[in-house]
Amino acid sequence: MPATVGAILLTGITLYAVLAGADFGGGLWDLLAGGDQRGRSPRQLIDQSISPVWEANHVWLIFDLVIFWTAFPRAFAAVMIGAALPLWLAAGGIVLRGAGFAFRKEITRLPWMRAAGATFALSSLMTPFFMGTVIGAIATRGIPPNPTSTNQHAWTNPTAVLAGLLFVAACGYLAAVYLTGEATRRGDRRLLAYFTRRAQAAAVVAGALSLALLAELHGSNRVLYSRLTGRALPLVILAALCGLGVLASISAHLPRFEVRVIAALGVATVIWGWGVAQYPVLLPGTGLTLDNASAPRSVLVALVGVFIAAVLVIGPSLALLFTLQSRGALQPDEAGLLMAADRIGGARPASGPRAKLPHEGLKGAIVALFAAVVYLRNRRRER
Amino acid sequence: MTRALITLATARVSGEVVPARAQMATTLGFHIILASLGIAFPTTVLLAEFIGLRRHNETAMRLARRWSQAMGVLVAVGAVTGTVLSFEMGLLWPGLMRRFGAVLGFPFDVEGLFFFLEAIFTAIYLYGWRRLSGWKHWASGVPIALSGICGAMSVVAVNSWMNQPGGFTERDGRIMSVHVWQVFFNHAALYEMPHMILAAYMVTGFIVAGVYAAGIVRGRRDRYHYTGFSLGFVPAAILTPFQIFVGDTAARAIAHDQPVKFAAMEYVARTSRDVPEWLGGVYLNGQIYGGLKIPYMDSLLVGFSPSTKVVGWDSVPPADRPPAVWLIHLCFDAMVGLGFLLLLGGLWAAFEWWRRRHLPPQRLFWLLGSLSGLVAVVAMECGWVVTEVGRQPWVVYQLQTTAQAATTNGGILASLTVVIVLYAILGVATILILRMLARRWRHGDADQTDVPYGPRPRPPERSVPERTSAEVAS
Ligand code: HDD
Ligand code: HEM
Ligand code: HEM
Repeated sequence: MPATVGAILLTGITLYAVLAGADFGGGLWDLLAGGDQRGRSPRQLIDQSISPVWEANHVWLIFDLVIFWTAFPRAFAAVMIGAALPLWLAAGGIVLRGAGFAFRKEITRLPWMRAAGATFALSSLMTPFFMGTVIGAIATRGIPPNPTSTNQHAWTNPTAVLAGLLFVAACGYLAAVYLTGEATRRGDRRLLAYFTRRAQAAAVVAGALSLALLAELHGSNRVLYSRLTGRALPLVILAALCGLGVLASISAHLPRFEVRVIAALGVATVIWGWGVAQYPVLLPGTGLTLDNASAPRSVLVALVGVFIAAVLVIGPSLALLFTLQSRGALQPDEAGLLMAADRIGGARPASGPRAKLPHEGLKGAIVALFAAVVYLRNRRRER
Repeated sequence: MTRALITLATARVSGEVVPARAQMATTLGFHIILASLGIAFPTTVLLAEFIGLRRHNETAMRLARRWSQAMGVLVAVGAVTGTVLSFEMGLLWPGLMRRFGAVLGFPFDVEGLFFFLEAIFTAIYLYGWRRLSGWKHWASGVPIALSGICGAMSVVAVNSWMNQPGGFTERDGRIMSVHVWQVFFNHAALYEMPHMILAAYMVTGFIVAGVYAAGIVRGRRDRYHYTGFSLGFVPAAILTPFQIFVGDTAARAIAHDQPVKFAAMEYVARTSRDVPEWLGGVYLNGQIYGGLKIPYMDSLLVGFSPSTKVVGWDSVPPADRPPAVWLIHLCFDAMVGLGFLLLLGGLWAAFEWWRRRHLPPQRLFWLLGSLSGLVAVVAMECGWVVTEVGRQPWVVYQLQTTAQAATTNGGILASLTVVIVLYAILGVATILILRMLARRWRHGDADQTDVPYGPRPRPPERSVPERTSAEVAS
């Protein structure tokens, strides 16, 4: 029973990552979209594809939190004390992101709109990054079984920071891949090319960071490393294949829907690889396992019941939402941005992004890759 | 005595208790306003849309459409502030979660289920105005209203369980078995759930009414404003007597189940008969300053007879008594008093309607009406202070003290400061944005573009209306 609930929790985490992760990634691309003029059309696409779904996607986090504390209260309390600071920051990011996003739609004065938009975009990076550091802290045995305070080193060590960066990159990757699909649906070739390049760049960066993280784990948690390259190896390989597959098919402009699924699958296999490698330990280094730290059986049974109810009720509702969304049936109503637009009216009609610019993404990716390599070499030398 | 010593000792466990409590109170006090709107506003919007569809009432339809735009903002703020609370359950009260997470978790899990439904159908409803037709669109809103109510029941289940814990067995600090439905429908839930849901409907109804009443006071006496006012006021006013009835039932149940809280609410220092009722009055160092004393009234209210014995706070050692009884008492009085004030407002309107078939013309009525939203919110906040401060020093009644539940991590003062600043900005921004929306509606500029910011694709045909720049600047 504890293993079942553990699997449910991991499923919830996966869904949060592949659904809400892309919404956070949208914030990353919004941030990098450039000035008002240049960033107009990508921002519009991001905005329209996130708007109707972000709240529903966000609820997976709530779901995961409550399942975590119901099923494994001791481990939950340990994480909440042992990684309090990054968790506060992640929560702060959620508030700022949600409020910034909701507000900027309704604001009419350009400076305030920009402020709300920047808040949305910047805070979209905060949440995945700090959540990544929390996972990193757990993976590197940074959370003791009964902590009384946060050990700041636990979540600022290189592994944890790399995990944070990987989370950001993975979000950006998912978002860019999904957005290529969205652009295809609308027949917008320019945006398709725009997000294709970004997806490629993000894929490269995320891949590099994954490898770096794996190498780093070799030093910081040898057991986890050997399991990732041992019993979880099939999943790790599958993840790599998914990444390469996505890279290849977006570069070849193959049908979009499958690409989105493969991208999500790639991220999912990374998460499950972590789960499989860690099984049955909840918090490495603490002796807390699925079995000895779980709630009484009746609670777990009730949790499985809630999950089944969720599948039966939420599943069809979510399917309805995503179907309506992908048919374009969900559109903003009366969201009045007219006045601000009027006042800056007379500006040239925006052309799409110039073809040259997107390469900045690729350049960034190469720089990141380079940095990662240099960093790894230095680490190696230190030892 | 030993109990008191233990409590005293554990109270020293962490210096973070006071800021943690302050932070919980701030974030909950903020969230509960949006939660109330999240519970009941969809129903109000659906009511307007129903009237619009059924009676081909253009005004109601326009209101529904505009309100749903406001709903979009409110739901987003409700969701993010709620998420903060979920984090805080662990970040501020890890002791509570470690020991009782498995018990109070189940209602939260159920709540998660309803949040999903709420979020999904809110999205469909808000963004479906253009493409879903008439009744189909209306129907997409019904699950929001229902899941709002069920979600509220689930969260309140947790709170009422903390007041009347049960439904589990514990051995050596480990939870051995849990009866999840006994936890969910605990003894206090029976009155807390209806009381909170009615409060949510009253708060929402009176806030809506208040917004349009304020417009009417300023001379905007048109069909649009009267319709908006009535759609909020009528349901809220109808629910008020029921709320008072439920509250009265709650108070009697508390006199029985949580006697010390009741003693604090009613200034009952010593267990006795013939207990008087105090209206107002400040209790300091064993003295009650000011206030109106009604002899025998408290005993009468509790047991319908002046000789009813009422338990006082002397029944427990000082360390087990709530702090600041004056706060609990005054908040209780404020809630009850404001409840009756709202009842009077409803009666006034009902009377005028019965006699003359229209709403009261007196300016005083509309002034009161424009304050009614605020009044309802204050009543609700006071109710929560009674519940939460009245439970002190316990976080789970007679099982765990707040001090034992609190985090041992430092820095809560810092997070409290950040929270206060952030929430102040959030609150002000929300109100400003809603006002901006209203202003735009008034000027009929509620057109739409779909770009977050940046120039429109085509220069618009219309020129900027003269007033807008001034309006925006103001
Ligand atoms: C619109 C808001 C509103 C109004 C008009 C009233 N209440 Fe209330 N009251 C609440 C909103 C509220 C609340 C905020 O919703 C509380 C907090 C916890 C709860 O379940 O409901 C509450 C709590 C609460 C409690 C404490 C419950 C506990 O500690 O578990 C009592 C005894 C009453 N109420 C009694 C009354 C009475 C006798 C009223 C008569 C006028 C009344 N309330 C009007
Ligand atoms: C169902 C939801 C709620 C839960 C689970 C909950 C839980 C808690 C917890 C764990 C604490 C800290 C421990 C304590 O001081 O006893 C607390 C304190 C407090 N809560 Fe609630 N609460 C809920 C609803 C609310 C609401 C809606 C308000 C609105 C104002 C509120 C107001 C307060 C206040 C004022 C305190 C501080 C009391 C004090 O420390 O003296 N609570 N609550
Ligand atoms: C009596 C107290 C409470 C009531 C009645 C209540 C009710 C609600 C409602 C109706 C919503 C939907 C928000 C909206 O649509 O605007 C909401 C959101 C939320 N609440 Fe509360 N809440 C209460 C206290 C709490 C507490 C104590 C927690 C956490 C411990 C919490 C966690 C949340 C979360 C996580 C959300 C966001 C869900 C989403 O993403 O849609 N709430 N709450």
